[in-house]
Amino acid sequence: MHFKKLLAVSFAALTAASPALAENVLRWTSQGDALTMDPHSQNEGPTIAMNGQIYESLVTRDADLKLQPELAESWQAGADGWTFTLRKGVKFHDGADFTAEDVVFSFERAKHEASDYKEQAKNVVSVEVIDDYTVKLVTDGPNPILPNQLTSIYMMDKGWSEANNVTTPQDFKAKEETYAVRNANGTGPFSLVSRAPDELTVLARNAAWWGEGQFPGNIDRIEYRPITNAATRVAALLSGEVDFVLDPPLQDLKRIEGADGLGVKTVAQIRSIFFGMDQGVDKLRSSDVDGNPFKDARVREAFNLAIDKAAIQRVVMEGLSFPTGMITPPGVLGNTPELDASYGFDAAKAKALLAEAGYPNGFSVQLDCPNNRYNNDEKICQAAVAMLAKIGVNVKLDAIPKAQHFPKIQKRESDFYMLGWGVPTLDSHYVFSYLLASNGSWNATGYANPRVDEITQAITTEIDIEKRTAMIDEAWQLVKAEMPYVPIHHQVLAWGISNKVDIPISADDAFRPRFAVMK
Amino acid sequence: MQPNRPMTRWQRFTDNDIVWSFLHSPGAMVAAVVTVVIILACTMAPLIAPFDPFDPAQISLWDGKLPPAWLEGGQPQYLLGTDNQGRDMLSTILYGGRLSIMVGLAAVCLGMVLGVTLGLVSGYVGGVTDAVIMRIADVQLTIPGILLAILINGIGRAVLPLELREEFAIYVVIIAIGLTDWPQFARVTRGATLVEANKEYVQAARIIGLPGWLILLRHILPNTLRPVLVIATIGLALAIIAEATLSFLGQGIPPTTPSLGTLIRVGNEYLFSGLWWITFFPAIALVVLVFAVNLLGDWMRDALNPKLR
Repeated sequence: MHFKKLLAVSFAALTAASPALAENVLRWTSQGDALTMDPHSQNEGPTIAMNGQIYESLVTRDADLKLQPELAESWQAGADGWTFTLRKGVKFHDGADFTAEDVVFSFERAKHEASDYKEQAKNVVSVEVIDDYTVKLVTDGPNPILPNQLTSIYMMDKGWSEANNVTTPQDFKAKEETYAVRNANGTGPFSLVSRAPDELTVLARNAAWWGEGQFPGNIDRIEYRPITNAATRVAALLSGEVDFVLDPPLQDLKRIEGADGLGVKTVAQIRSIFFGMDQGVDKLRSSDVDGNPFKDARVREAFNLAIDKAAIQRVVMEGLSFPTGMITPPGVLGNTPELDASYGFDAAKAKALLAEAGYPNGFSVQLDCPNNRYNNDEKICQAAVAMLAKIGVNVKLDAIPKAQHFPKIQKRESDFYMLGWGVPTLDSHYVFSYLLASNGSWNATGYANPRVDEITQAITTEIDIEKRTAMIDEAWQLVKAEMPYVPIHHQVLAWGISNKVDIPISADDAFRPRFAVMK
Repeated sequence: MQPNRPMTRWQRFTDNDIVWSFLHSPGAMVAAVVTVVIILACTMAPLIAPFDPFDPAQISLWDGKLPPAWLEGGQPQYLLGTDNQGRDMLSTILYGGRLSIMVGLAAVCLGMVLGVTLGLVSGYVGGVTDAVIMRIADVQLTIPGILLAILINGIGRAVLPLELREEFAIYVVIIAIGLTDWPQFARVTRGATLVEANKEYVQAARIIGLPGWLILLRHILPNTLRPVLVIATIGLALAIIAEATLSFLGQGIPPTTPSLGTLIRVGNEYLFSGLWWITFFPAIALVVLVFAVNLLGDWMRDALNPKLR
């Protein structure tokens, strides 16, 4: 009797454990964690990608970055807005139905002062409920690219948000902690099982997902473990501890490709890396000179000429980058080969320009740089320090984790900083409104050109594609001449993937588990 | 012996059991030569290094990742190759070694001053003071030194504002290591103090009314220094290792002014891709330095220990 009982218990334990064996578990890593699980708090690549596994937007992009219906089944343009027909029968992870009122709520939340998506969301003036499954997103005049602007505005449940007191986004800059920071309730293919920031985030397949059966993905459980050290990350892939590394260091790609059962996928990424120079303040915070040298266009040109983009490409990036002269990559409407041409490298001319501007002996300035965000970010900054030293500019490098770096930029506390910018809408408006408009929330350069501001506004309503493209080009010409930024290169993406799993690579560096197939 | 002829200076210098022992122990001599050469080379790094790795104007990215001069692709001006940023490895190692030795020496001095002071007080005063100091030392000895150093280092960094962290990283590391190795000094000093305190010359000094601190400083301290010197030498090797460990873990000296440990850590990232020299040469320099200092310490322990003679 006693023995039987024991047997029954151990059998029960076995059956409880066995589904875990049959499950398709995908373990993956990259250098940094999502900053928050609040879908409207931080507009940052890894955060969007992580939240995009749990939350969904009305319209999304597939692995080839083509627009696809997600929570909306279809949409129709009108003169003063777009009508979206919502998918029926969609449920949040807690069982609540997804309806039009959640759309209204989510847009209001995304437009809140603390939201990092307000630039995208403010294209939607208001949301009109036509019935439970039809909404009209009212725009300020015609908007030709509205669906493009909605792909990372995720839908939240109104009831859940109210019950948990998270009807407004987390104020990330003020380090606010809310329920939504560590908990999530979306409609997506995966639900959040556990979350330990910077350690381990576990997601489980949502069996009630609307897309169940329509996508090739067969992953049951996702374990995400950020590993800061690049060599450790590669070692984890080589040893089989993880199946997928999003950001293997470029110098190790050959090693990964040569290993049994591992492969590398590469694609030109929709992300440009550049330095910003604050020309807005009257006196630089970190400089030994009075006044602000960056106010002088010659100084900004000297910085552009002093950076040897080709050397960075060959030595730091192992050839995996495209040196550039603009801050947005090919594939985005507005990028042209002429504009994309690099400013070139001419240290002698750079030195002469500095002297002309009144700084024959250069000046000192601090370069703020992230050390866990972009491919070889800190090493690019180190290389730039050496290159600027050759024209007499004494640069002090402060390389810190992105969680401390980005608030510095957003609070306008940096004189000279590195930033990378991806463009989910694949349209220049996204770049103008964040980085070049005088009120852009990530424009810490103080760059303000009334014409660029005017164009940023005008292209939100211009439906004539030719006219619109001409305006975009005009704005880029101005930026090219006035050089508020020092463009470095467009990133090339490389993912290290085990042969056990097939993951299509996307140019926006987002992992889309709904397409990942375990063999 | 020729008692009638006056001894030359050299003879007088060598007519000493320690020097005699040194001259008859080839291992100690080699170790001493190696230590002196490394320490001299490192301290004079600005004079003898072919490049100044901390002057960004001297670095050229195009010269990055070059192998040592004798390998294919190497260039004669970069004897040990270059790192990922184009810095000359030999110069970087010399400057890094200088930093490592400096941190090691400073940390040992801090530990020594602290340990000897507490040991003297503990042994001379006795009673509750002795018990408290020695129990603290005992407790600290049960915790692995490197863990304690990481803890102290972490607190130091947390207390400092972000902007000052890099500048003060060296001092934080010195304090972290120094605070870790004082119990060794305290124990040895206390033991020697207990022995000396009961000797007649100390009692005599006490009877003529000398104040306690003067007796400690003038009479007891000089007689406890022999064992302290031994510990300090071995402690130097351990402190250099501790600094390298902290830096290797990313807790120590920042990469902008790398020490040997930081160099090894940075180079480690390139091991997979075959750029072995970026981590190999700093590692060799570290091993040789620590080994030599250790040998010297071992010899000194034997030479100064009357029981082993």
